[in-house]
Amino acid sequence: MPPEAKRPSSPNPADLLLSLAGITKKFGPLIANDAIDLDVHRGEIVALLGENGAGKTTLMNILFGHYVADDGVVLVAGENGDMVPLEPGAPQAAIDAGIGMVHQHFTLADNLTGLDNIVLGTEPVLRLWRDKATPRRKLNALMAESGLKVDLDQPVHRLTVGEKQRVEILKALYRNARLLVLDEPTAVLTPQEADSLFATLRQLAQGGLAVIIIAHKLAEVLAVSHRIAVLRGGAKVGEISTADADRRSIAELMVGRDVPVSRRSAKTPGKPVLQLEHVTIDRGDARRSLIDASLTAHEGEILGIAGVSGNGQSALAQLIAGLERPDRGTVRIFGETITDFDARKFSRNGIARIPEDRHHDGVIGAMSVAENIAIEDIHSTDLQHFGFLKFDAIRNRAQTAIAGYDVRCPSPDAPARLLSGGNIQKLILARVLEKSPNLILANQPSRGLDVGAQAEVHRRLLDARDRGAAVILISEDLDELLMLSDRIAVIHSGHVSETLPTDDINRSELGLMMAGHSRHSPDNGPAPEGTTA
Amino acid sequence: MIRFEPRSNPAAFLVYGVPMLAAITALLLAAIPLALAGAPVFRAYGLMVTGAFGSVFAVSEMLTRATPLILTGLAAAIAFRAKLWNIGAEGQLYMGAMAAVAIGSGMISGPSWVMIPAVLIAGAVAGALMLIGPTILKVRLGVDEVVTTLLLNFIVLLFVQMMLEGALKDPMSMGWPQSAPVIDEAALPALITRMRVHLGLVIALICAIALAIFIKRTVWGFEIRAVGENAAAARFAGISVTKTMILVAALSGGLAGLAGVSEAAGTRGYLATDLSPGFGYAGIVVAMLARLSPIGVIISALFVASVFVGADSMSRAIGVSSYLADLIVAMSLLCVLVGGFLVRFRVIFERRQGKESHHGNP
Repeated sequence: MPPEAKRPSSPNPADLLLSLAGITKKFGPLIANDAIDLDVHRGEIVALLGENGAGKTTLMNILFGHYVADDGVVLVAGENGDMVPLEPGAPQAAIDAGIGMVHQHFTLADNLTGLDNIVLGTEPVLRLWRDKATPRRKLNALMAESGLKVDLDQPVHRLTVGEKQRVEILKALYRNARLLVLDEPTAVLTPQEADSLFATLRQLAQGGLAVIIIAHKLAEVLAVSHRIAVLRGGAKVGEISTADADRRSIAELMVGRDVPVSRRSAKTPGKPVLQLEHVTIDRGDARRSLIDASLTAHEGEILGIAGVSGNGQSALAQLIAGLERPDRGTVRIFGETITDFDARKFSRNGIARIPEDRHHDGVIGAMSVAENIAIEDIHSTDLQHFGFLKFDAIRNRAQTAIAGYDVRCPSPDAPARLLSGGNIQKLILARVLEKSPNLILANQPSRGLDVGAQAEVHRRLLDARDRGAAVILISEDLDELLMLSDRIAVIHSGHVSETLPTDDINRSELGLMMAGHSRHSPDNGPAPEGTTA
Repeated sequence: MIRFEPRSNPAAFLVYGVPMLAAITALLLAAIPLALAGAPVFRAYGLMVTGAFGSVFAVSEMLTRATPLILTGLAAAIAFRAKLWNIGAEGQLYMGAMAAVAIGSGMISGPSWVMIPAVLIAGAVAGALMLIGPTILKVRLGVDEVVTTLLLNFIVLLFVQMMLEGALKDPMSMGWPQSAPVIDEAALPALITRMRVHLGLVIALICAIALAIFIKRTVWGFEIRAVGENAAAARFAGISVTKTMILVAALSGGLAGLAGVSEAAGTRGYLATDLSPGFGYAGIVVAMLARLSPIGVIISALFVASVFVGADSMSRAIGVSSYLADLIVAMSLLCVLVGGFLVRFRVIFERRQGKESHHGNP
């Protein structure tokens, strides 16, 4: 998508709204923010870009008063345009100064309506009846002005994710936000919803709102922002006008090194490895079920499963992980019909399973790195002898894995909870890929990882494919799917679409299928030809 | 403003030093109620020490008291490690005691080397079965085991009462609700002649060491730790949570059952409804004080037992209530919990207002 042409050429100093000066924050020996300066002007969209752990969230938490900086000041334009310091450590002061924050995980009460959620906390306590008319008038005006249309009388749990996000933004605007901070706003949206969010943000910015958007997807940042500030290791390493920026240079700025780009080479797929035939897992709710699903993954191919989160991916993943049995239908793995769905048997029979939530399902934080690497094979005679653990074997295996997969950890005996997200994922890769599996389930394998770790995950999956393994890649990241997959199926409300060769489909078509339109539905017509990645 | 930041890697001296410090703090805090009760504080402490350690008899009494506490402490420790909240050690203890008395008071007879293992196994099995039921309800149907195990305590106690009035009643007891005595071959022999401390202590110590090795060095112990720390990840990795929980239930209930055997066939020689003054509940405190470490359980059981025995003897000597012992044990637990919090988090004091913010000891 082309970047919006209309941008303020150079920000007028009189429009300065927020100025962070020399913000420093230490957590023990860790320097989370190192003398960061950042200016934001009225009507400007600034993208704050950085790997995980670069200090983006810490900086925003300081701005919003959740943390107190060790050094540095936050200055906000006052009534007369003078820059006045913001009281540190006081979220209410930040709200009063017109700073609104939309968190990645929404802070809405599910059983209240949109309207109630928005006015919550703004009403006087000592009052016998509630005045709903005034807020409604104000909100209708805001909605008309910004294009953020939501049914305010629906309980929030009935709203889609995109609508909930709109409620969050309205909540900030209702509190007269002059500066809106959005933390990873597109993580949960379809491409179309993301585009519509960007359009709204541009419109709001034209109306004078300043926006800081925290992100790590480069394409989105390039599409929406006016200016990009890049953080790395707690320090600001660069700031560029988006017009002058290109993908590769920003990526290198973020990681501080060349990012290897994985490329899929042409390969003829082999025999079928995993076959689902009319498999139904009925959980009552279509979004958690799998309905009459059929698909086949072959040797030497990556089969991508696209879809918005919560459309039956978990049922599919649980099935392939051996944690769930089908209510109806047949599952064949390596040609054999599976009757015994058992996670341990699955892993022993050469199925590698990379869980969606690596912290929750992937590792046991209190146990050591070595134990976490050994856990799937703890019954194998390599690692135990008459029920007693072979500590040396477990440790040796961990050392090989740590070296081979570059898991950064203090030692094999350190508890796994000390590891960063990227290193936890490398630990899981080491655990499952070291055994040369023939079938790999990768559920959101690079979600939340920084660019470097993502590239590493991609390289490992492609290596496994080139070695002849079948890879099922469940992902919400279309770029990832289009880059890695040989074929893609879309999952929506528990239904799995037909599988299409990646070279025959494009992003917008995929986006429509993710939103529930069938591929050639009459009202959409055949999608226009486009690039694939 | 006070904030808490997690410590990434607490130092060893903190991990081991803090429980000790907490116990000492609790003992010192006990001076307040002692003084309020009008007792001479220093003499009271002196009497407590001699009451628990002052003679061979005192030490024997202390060790006798510690024996069931080690076993119920281990029962709680292994269960809590797996996040199986077994509050029913008291009931399991009584079931163990009843099983031991049922077969040890004349139903079968044989030499000691048959009878002692027989009563131990019977007690352990009875205790284990008592916990396996609630555990199956928990893993299959999601029934809260805190409720079921706690309520079973009262059911068991009433059942014991019923049996003592009926099938197990000692015809020679002249109407007292107590069982027939355990036959000599089945009784756990005293370790020192004319003293009460008996073989149960050795069994408890062996159990603690065996459990420590089991948890740390075996595949089953590995699986118990995995399920306890993160059941979802354990399940994903192919560990059967149900089987592991049932194993834990068998171990925990079995250990509590052994505590009952030790009391019925060792300390008392018969079963009565006042067999346990709450050893099952005290085991929870012992396990918490020990931070669920089996070897730690030995130390904390000795501490709790010496506080109980010492305070008992002190209260008789200077006429203050022996509930003081409960108070000290309860305060130690609170101190250990606070101490444990301080091990895991560092406290940071911050000034809220003004440009300069202060940072506590980083």
